[in-house]
Amino acid sequence: MPKADSLQGSLDLLVLKTLSRRPGLHGYAIMTAIRERSDDVLRVEEGSLYPALHRMEEAGWLRAEWVTKDNGRRARAYALTKAGEKQLEAEESRWEAVTVAVQRVLRTV
Amino acid sequence: MSLWSRFVNVFRGDSLRREIAEELESHIEEAVERGRDPLEARRALGPALRLREESRDVRLLSWLDSLRGDAVFAWRQIVKNTAATAAVILSLGLAIGSCLAAFRLVDALLLRPLPIAHVERLHSVAHEGFNDRHELQASQSFEYPLFREMRAAVEADAELLALSYAQRADLAFGAGEETEKAYRQFVLGGMFDSFGLMPALGRLLTAADDATPGGHPYAVLSYDFWNRRFGRDPEIVGQTFRMDDQVFEIIGVLEQGFTGVEPGVFVDVYAPLTMNGALSRPGLGWIRAFALLGPDASANAVRDKLTPIYRAYQEEQVKDWKAAKQEVVDRWLNRTLRVEPAPTGSSEIQRTYRTGLTAIAGLAALVLLIACANVANLMSARAATRSREMALRVSIGAGRRRLVRLVLVESAFLALLATAVGAAFCSWAAPQVVGMISPPDNPTRLTLPADLRLFGFGMALSVAVTGLFGVAPALRASSVQPVAALKGGEAPRLRQRLMKGLVGVQAAFCVVVTLMAGLLVGTLDRLRNQDMGFSAPGLLLLEASSDTPQPSSAWRQAIDGLAATPGVESASAASWPLLFGISGGLVWTDGRPAEASSYLLRVSPGWAETMQIGRVEGRDLRVGETDGALVNEAFAETFLGKASPLGRWFEIGSPNGSRSRFQVVGVVHDAVYHDLREGFRPAAYIPFHAGDGGESPQSWGTFVVRTKGEAASALAPALREAVSRARPEFRVTNVRTQQELISRQTVRERLLAALASFFAVVALLLAGLGLYGVLEYSVFQRRREIGVRRAVGAQAGDIAWQVTASVGATAAVGALIGVGLSLLAARSIESLLYQVRPTDAAMLAPAALAVGLAAVAAAAPSVAKAVGIDPAEILRAD
Repeated sequence: MPKADSLQGSLDLLVLKTLSRRPGLHGYAIMTAIRERSDDVLRVEEGSLYPALHRMEEAGWLRAEWVTKDNGRRARAYALTKAGEKQLEAEESRWEAVTVAVQRVLRTV
Repeated sequence: MSLWSRFVNVFRGDSLRREIAEELESHIEEAVERGRDPLEARRALGPALRLREESRDVRLLSWLDSLRGDAVFAWRQIVKNTAATAAVILSLGLAIGSCLAAFRLVDALLLRPLPIAHVERLHSVAHEGFNDRHELQASQSFEYPLFREMRAAVEADAELLALSYAQRADLAFGAGEETEKAYRQFVLGGMFDSFGLMPALGRLLTAADDATPGGHPYAVLSYDFWNRRFGRDPEIVGQTFRMDDQVFEIIGVLEQGFTGVEPGVFVDVYAPLTMNGALSRPGLGWIRAFALLGPDASANAVRDKLTPIYRAYQEEQVKDWKAAKQEVVDRWLNRTLRVEPAPTGSSEIQRTYRTGLTAIAGLAALVLLIACANVANLMSARAATRSREMALRVSIGAGRRRLVRLVLVESAFLALLATAVGAAFCSWAAPQVVGMISPPDNPTRLTLPADLRLFGFGMALSVAVTGLFGVAPALRASSVQPVAALKGGEAPRLRQRLMKGLVGVQAAFCVVVTLMAGLLVGTLDRLRNQDMGFSAPGLLLLEASSDTPQPSSAWRQAIDGLAATPGVESASAASWPLLFGISGGLVWTDGRPAEASSYLLRVSPGWAETMQIGRVEGRDLRVGETDGALVNEAFAETFLGKASPLGRWFEIGSPNGSRSRFQVVGVVHDAVYHDLREGFRPAAYIPFHAGDGGESPQSWGTFVVRTKGEAASALAPALREAVSRARPEFRVTNVRTQQELISRQTVRERLLAALASFFAVVALLLAGLGLYGVLEYSVFQRRREIGVRRAVGAQAGDIAWQVTASVGATAAVGALIGVGLSLLAARSIESLLYQVRPTDAAMLAPAALAVGLAAVAAAAPSVAKAVGIDPAEILRAD
């Protein structure tokens, strides 16, 4: 059973956004990409990443395939599906609404 | 897609686990490659097991996965206790199989709609009234002229269909002229079209074949007959055969599946109604009528339209009954018409077996309940021994629902396996039973498909059974108190109360089954061993006919030829054997009609002696005599009063008013005439050739031959030859023994007695097993207590009493309740019983004895074990 997680909303958004820009990344690369893009501010908790990836895969937002890396090891590469793109849009607009609301609160208080 | 992949993942658990592990491993490796410390990377990722499980739960249907886990576990439990499980599966399978077989028969005979179009519109037309014994009797027979009037009257609302009763007929195919028996039915040609039936070959009869009496010598074969007799010969259309001295042309074969409208009989040959010789004979009710209602018509409306025509016809008939008493006339005129839905058709076999088969199905259900109680007890006992395991499961966080499911899954497994065993038993048993209700010359045939109906019933049964024996133990197991159970103590009282209660229930049902079986066996016994007034063993009956009526001298020569055959003690003739046909009429004495009627049989001199019916007074009939008569004691008493009947004259009337006059020359002892169940009724035996004022030649009759020794049938070929040597004009059409005729009247009783006895044995066995199990368990549970009691000086008797008293009391109460239930149940099978009542001591005692013996046998091992407990050993073990 998926567990309720306060970070979950933003984690999903970050992963989806990253994959929409650079499809075919595997777990470690997704993590690194998020950290680098955010200038080391956002660090994905490694323990939460894989359950989240698997959950999104089962939800049909991501599809995964095994690829062979340069060093000959197999890795699971993820990419967005059609449903994943829609989900990304929805997550993005939700996030914007939330940040606008938070800013409004910060300004008025 | 996603649901599917999660479903599939349940069954590839291991490879799924490996995949997840590999992905995580590859993550760590990459981290190490990037220069991170392996230990740190691993810690950052978190505990691998948790991650793996979390991902795994996401990627499959977790409820299905745990169900799979339960199933695997349950299967291991089942395999672990092979002996106990096999006993459960076999006993439950036997019970389920019996239920399935009973359902299969009841369904095929009484429930399954005929495979015709608009079966919901098919209604039977019948008339009913009281007979001379004041019993309400329904009849589906109509005379052809009446049928035609009725058919015309309701043309707008319903189509009336007519069929003759399906009968065995002699058919001769091809030039060989060898006759064979087949079921023949005359039908209204339009019937096939109205039923929406199609030909498999050629054409079917149509309404056009109903036009001219005698003008349509065409016949349609049933698919089954075409297949069985002709190997599906495609050239069959156009061939001819002889039936009742007429030549018929085969015009087609009926589609597969339709076997007639009389469940229990497969009709082989259909011929047009117009070809039946009875068409022109008045006063013969040979038509079975059905109504196919129009879409908007109601059965009552049709009945109301038919009634005035029926009534007018009856009144017309009564006009001829000048001599009949008013009471008889009124009875005839007060008959009423009934139009009732008949989606399953209508047949004698249905009527004969409806109550009996339903009763047998009830007994099968009781046996199933007894078996369920056994399994419930076994599961309870097993749950008790597993209480520590259950407590452990609860302590490490298993939910109650999960525990209930665990036990239920195990029950469902048992039920499914038992259903499989039951299905195998049923596929063997059901045709056996059908075979048992077939008299040798009159096969009963039923469509017994193993189809969705049967499968659905089996599944429903299996679910019900799981519920019955699985739910209580499951709830009990889940309510385990971990602290108490793990400490080693628990509350066994509650569990034992449930088990004891089930023993009581088993005792009750067991008594019902045993007593019912006793009643049915008793009925068969009384019927078989009653005094029939004649001696059946060694009697051989040769039905004979000739093309032209033969004088008494010809019949006498044939009789003498038979009597001279080696191995024959005596020979004579009668119109038909006893326990076969019926003839009779109202008796007149001193020019006035008497209160009752008498049976009548034409017999030759020497017949009473051959039958070994003793003479009370007077003499036998003489050769050439045509107005003498033998009467039985019941006749003499009923009609001739106290004075000696010898020499008295009496008359026997027929419905059309004519009367024949006879003088009593001898009085013989009573004998059963037609029906084993009706006892002795007045009968007059008149000369074989009696006629109006002289001898009347006879073209058919039955030679009655008493053979020396009892192996009568072995003589049949020699006797056939003796008849044709003496008088070649006689053809022997059938040979049977008197015993066969008796057996024929007890077919149903034998079947019911055999099935009920079988169920009684199974019920006793299962209930005994149940009692044994419960006592065994209770002795095991109380072994310490018993050991202590022994140690402080309790006697063996005390221990035996301790062990059995409370279970015995429950069983006894159950048995008493069972007797009460039996009295209620016996009422519903009253029509099947003969001279036995459930309250008879002769019925109660054997049932009580059987149940008591089974209980004692079941209790003995446990009591012996309890008494044999060595206190020292038990106490040392603690």
